[in-house]
Amino acid sequence: MANHKTVYPYIPNSEPNIKAQMLKEVNANNVDELYSDIPVHLRFNRVMSLPPPLKSEYELRRHLEKTLSQNKTTKEYLNFLGAGCYQHYVPAVCDEINSRGEFLTAYAGEPYDDHGRFQSLFEYTSMMAELLEMDVVNVPTYDGFQAASTALRMACRITGRNKVLLPETLGVDLLSKIRDYLKPDIKIGMIRHDPVTGGMDLQHLEEAINGDCAAVFFENPSYLGFLELNGAEIAEIAHQQGAICIVSVDPISLGVLEPPVNYGADLVVGDIQPLGMHMQYGGGQAGFIASRDEEKFVMQYPSRLFGIVPTKVKGEYGFGDVAYDRTSFARREEGNEWVGTAAALWGITAGVYLALMGPQGMKEIGEGILYRSQYAKQEIGKISNVSVGVFQAPQFKEFIVNFDKTGKTVAEINHSLLEKRIFGGKDLSHEFPWLGESALFCFTEVHTKDDIDQLVSTLEEVVA
Amino acid sequence: MKNITAERFTDGKPNLRRFHQACWDEPIIFELGQPGQRGILVPEVDEGIKSEVRDPFTGIPDSLLRKNRPQLPEMSQPAVLRHYVHISQETLGVDCNIDVGQGTCTMKYSPKINDQLARMPELTELHPLQDETTVQGILEIFWRFEQILKDISGLDRFTMQPGAGSAAIYTNASIIRAYHTSRGEIDKRDEIITTIFSHPSDAACAKVAGFKVITLYPNEDGYPDIEALKAAISDRTAGLLITNPEDTGIYNPKIAEFTRIIHYAGGLCSYDQANANGILGITRAREAGFDLCHFNLHKTFSTPHGCGGPAVGATGVTKELIPFLPVPLVDFDGEKYYLNYDIPNSIGKIRPFYGVAPAVLKAYAWVMALGAEGLREAAEIAVLNNNYLLKKILSIRGASAPYAEGKRRIEQVRYSWEKLYEETGVHSDELGIRAADFGVHYWTSHHPYVVSEPCTLEPTESYSKEELDEYAAIIENVANEAYADPELVKNAPYNSTVHTIDHHPLDDPEQWCITWRAYKRKAQKIPV
Repeated sequence: MANHKTVYPYIPNSEPNIKAQMLKEVNANNVDELYSDIPVHLRFNRVMSLPPPLKSEYELRRHLEKTLSQNKTTKEYLNFLGAGCYQHYVPAVCDEINSRGEFLTAYAGEPYDDHGRFQSLFEYTSMMAELLEMDVVNVPTYDGFQAASTALRMACRITGRNKVLLPETLGVDLLSKIRDYLKPDIKIGMIRHDPVTGGMDLQHLEEAINGDCAAVFFENPSYLGFLELNGAEIAEIAHQQGAICIVSVDPISLGVLEPPVNYGADLVVGDIQPLGMHMQYGGGQAGFIASRDEEKFVMQYPSRLFGIVPTKVKGEYGFGDVAYDRTSFARREEGNEWVGTAAALWGITAGVYLALMGPQGMKEIGEGILYRSQYAKQEIGKISNVSVGVFQAPQFKEFIVNFDKTGKTVAEINHSLLEKRIFGGKDLSHEFPWLGESALFCFTEVHTKDDIDQLVSTLEEVVA
Repeated sequence: MKNITAERFTDGKPNLRRFHQACWDEPIIFELGQPGQRGILVPEVDEGIKSEVRDPFTGIPDSLLRKNRPQLPEMSQPAVLRHYVHISQETLGVDCNIDVGQGTCTMKYSPKINDQLARMPELTELHPLQDETTVQGILEIFWRFEQILKDISGLDRFTMQPGAGSAAIYTNASIIRAYHTSRGEIDKRDEIITTIFSHPSDAACAKVAGFKVITLYPNEDGYPDIEALKAAISDRTAGLLITNPEDTGIYNPKIAEFTRIIHYAGGLCSYDQANANGILGITRAREAGFDLCHFNLHKTFSTPHGCGGPAVGATGVTKELIPFLPVPLVDFDGEKYYLNYDIPNSIGKIRPFYGVAPAVLKAYAWVMALGAEGLREAAEIAVLNNNYLLKKILSIRGASAPYAEGKRRIEQVRYSWEKLYEETGVHSDELGIRAADFGVHYWTSHHPYVVSEPCTLEPTESYSKEELDEYAAIIENVANEAYADPELVKNAPYNSTVHTIDHHPLDDPEQWCITWRAYKRKAQKIPV
C-alpha cells in the first residue's frame, strides 16, 4: 500500500500504523471523532494557507540563515547604542549554561524534580542581593519596565496611597509602560529636572509631595546617562512624607557605584540584561525587584520568591516558595498583581555572570566603563560645534551629545555614520524635543581606544 | 506490585526504570571558591585612555561610590562551570523526561535546530535601536510569523511584545479598557467575566487593569454555565477572558453563544489560547466570535520554557481593535520591513522594544518545519495521545476524570484521586512526589482545587505510544503502592536530589530566607 503521508520527526505517533493502532485503542474510527464536542459550524474546514513547509532540517536552516544574513550586526559595525539594551561582553560560560537542555527545557516542576532550578534561581537572587546589599530579591520579572511598574504598585499597597512621583527625564517608553500599568487607580506626578545637573529639582519635589504620595521614583544612572547626585536628599524628602523611595539602577555599575539602599532606597529595581545576556534585538531583558527583609515589603511582591530551608537530612539544603499565598497562583485576583512565566533563564544566566565576575571583576568592569565613557566624552567634546555638556553631572556609560550647532540633524549624522559602519547614538530629538538635536551615546568595556577614536574622527568628518 | 529494584525485566518486558535523580549534594555557590580566584578577566583599559583620563571617578561624589566590596563568590572558571553543570543535572527538563505530567504547560519537544539558529550572531548581536535597514532579516521573521498567526486564529493583527502568557492577558485587558475608554463607557463598564477553569491570570490581570472580576463555575457536566453567564452580564460588562478547551480538557461547545451574549451586553471577548495545542487548524478564534486572543509561543509553538521564560505571549486582535495595539507594529511596504509607531489609540508600551526575538524566531521555525498539514497533525496527535492516556489512567484503581463522563477530551485532562484518597489517605500531591522517584513530573492543579485531589496531565504530540505507556505504568505503580503501603508513598521521595523538605519556615517572616545573605543572618546567626 502506497502511503505518502509525512512522518514528522517531532511527532513520534504520526507514523500511520501507530496512529491507526492508537485510534483503535481509544475506540475511534478517525481523529474527527475525538473532536466531537466542537460544533461543526466552528470547525475550520480548509487547510490553513500557511507558507509551504521546509520539512528537512537542511532546508529550514538554509532559509533562516539566509533570512538572518540580511541583518548587520554589532560585530560588523561599531555600536554606540544603549538606551536600555547594552552591548557588554557575554562570557562563554554564560552561553554554555543557558544552552544546557536541562535548564533550557525545564519549566515549573516541584523542588523534588527540579532542585537545580530552585537552587540556581536562589543563587541568582542571592548574588544580586550582595550586589544590592538587600536581603530580598525576586525571581526575575519580564524586564526593567515591569520591575519599575510593579514596584510602584507595591509602594501603593504598602502605604495605602495612590499617587507616585517620577522624574520628567524618564524615557518615553518606560513612562508609557508605567502610565498604562497604573492607569486605573494611581495618579502620576512628574517632577522637573535641574537644568544644570539633570537630576530631580528638589524644590519642585518638595512642593509636589504630600501625605498622599506613595512613592518617589528615580533612576541612577538616569535614562539620559547622568548620575543622580541627590539620592539621599530625595529619599529623605520621600520618607518625611511617609512615602517609599524607589531607585532604578544599572546592575553592572554596582561594582563601583553605591547600592541605592545606602542612600535611602526602599525598593530597588532594574534590568539584568547587562549581566550576561546578548542583546538579541531586545530579547535579553529581565527585571529585578529588591527590598529589605520586612514582612510589609515581602508580602507585596507578586513574583515568586524562593527560600532556602532544611530537609530531614541534616545539612542538606532544600528550597520552596516563600509566602506563596500572596500570589495569583494561590488566590487568583485576590493575589498581588499576577505571576507567571517571565524571564527565569536570564536570571540563571545573570547568576553565572556574577559568579564568574566576582567582586574584583565587577569593580574592574565598572572602572573600565567609567574610563571609556570619560575618555569618549572628553574627545567628542573637542569636536567643534558638538557639545557634551548638556548636563554637568557625571555619567556612568551614557551621555548626551548635542549637535545643534552643526546645522545637521541627528538623523543625518547617524545616516552618515552608518555609511562608515558605525551605529551612532540613540536619537533623542523626538523623545525630548527640548534637548534639540541630541543623541545618547553609550560606551562599555567592549570599546577600545581605537574604536572610540574612530567614532570621534568619523564624527569630525560628518559634522564638518 | 512490581519490585522495580529486583529485576530490570520481567518475562522479557522492561520493568519501571531504576531511576535516581542526579544528586551532587552541591554546596550553595557562596560556599565555593577561595579569595582572589577569578572566573573571567575583563578587557583592560588602553594605556592611551588611562593617560588621558587620570581619574575615572572624576566628578562622582563619595556618597555615590561603593564602600563595601560585594560579597560575591570568588571562583575559578572551571569551578563555576562544574557547579552549574551539577545543578543543571539536578533539573528535569523536557530533554530528559517523559514530560506529560506538567498539565496546562504543553511540554513538547523544542527542536534543537531552532535553538542553534537563535544563537547565531545575526540575531544575538543585534541592538534593538539599529537602523531599520540593518535589521531587515529579523523584521521579516516578525512579519512572516504574524501572517502565520493571523491564519491560525482568523484575527487581523498581532503584537509579539508581551513577555509571556500573563503579560498577554494583561495586554488584552488593557486593550479592552482602552476600547471602552474611547467610547466614553469605561466608568460604567468595569466588570470582566472569566471561568474558574481559565488560568488564574485571567482573573488577576483583569483586576490589575482596573476591572472587577466575576468568575463562573462549571455546570454539572463540566461546561461553563451559560445560565450563570446570562445572569452575570449587564451594562457593566466590559469583557470576557476565557480559555477553551478549559484546564479540564473539555471544549465548551457553546463558546459562540458565550461570545454572542457578551457582545449583546456590549463587551469584548478575549480568548486565552495560551495552550492551543489541540486545536491548531481545527477551530479558530474568529469563527467562535472572539475579538482578541493570545498564544504562548513557549507552549503551542515549541519555544523552550527556559525554567519559566524568556517567552512571548503573541497577542492578536480583530481589525476594529488594531488602533489600540501596543507600539510599534512590524509592517511591510512591499520593499522593506519597518516599525510602525502610527497607532492612534495605542495603549503604548508593554515592554521595552518589540518582544523576545529569539522566541519569535524559534516559533516561526517550528511552524515552517511543519506547515499547515504538520500543524494539524501535531494537534491531532496531541489529542489522540491525550485520549489514549485518559483510557490508561482511568483503568488505574482510584482514578477518575470528573465531568463529561464518557466524552472525549481535547489536549489535557484534570483527573481526580478523590477515591484513592478516601481509600488510602494518600493525597494527590503525595502521589506526585512519589512519581518524582521514577523520573517524571506530575502536577496537581491551580488553586482553588475545584476538582478534589486533582492531577493534570497533558501528553502533547511529542511522546511515543511506548512513552505514554511508561508514564501510565509509573502512575499505576504509585497508585498501587498507595493502596498496598500508604506510608511508602507518604514518605517519598527516595530517589530525588533531596529528601523531604521542611516547608514551615517559608511562611514565617522570622524564619524565611529569600537570599543567602538573609540565611546567614537568620538561620546561621552570622552578623552581616
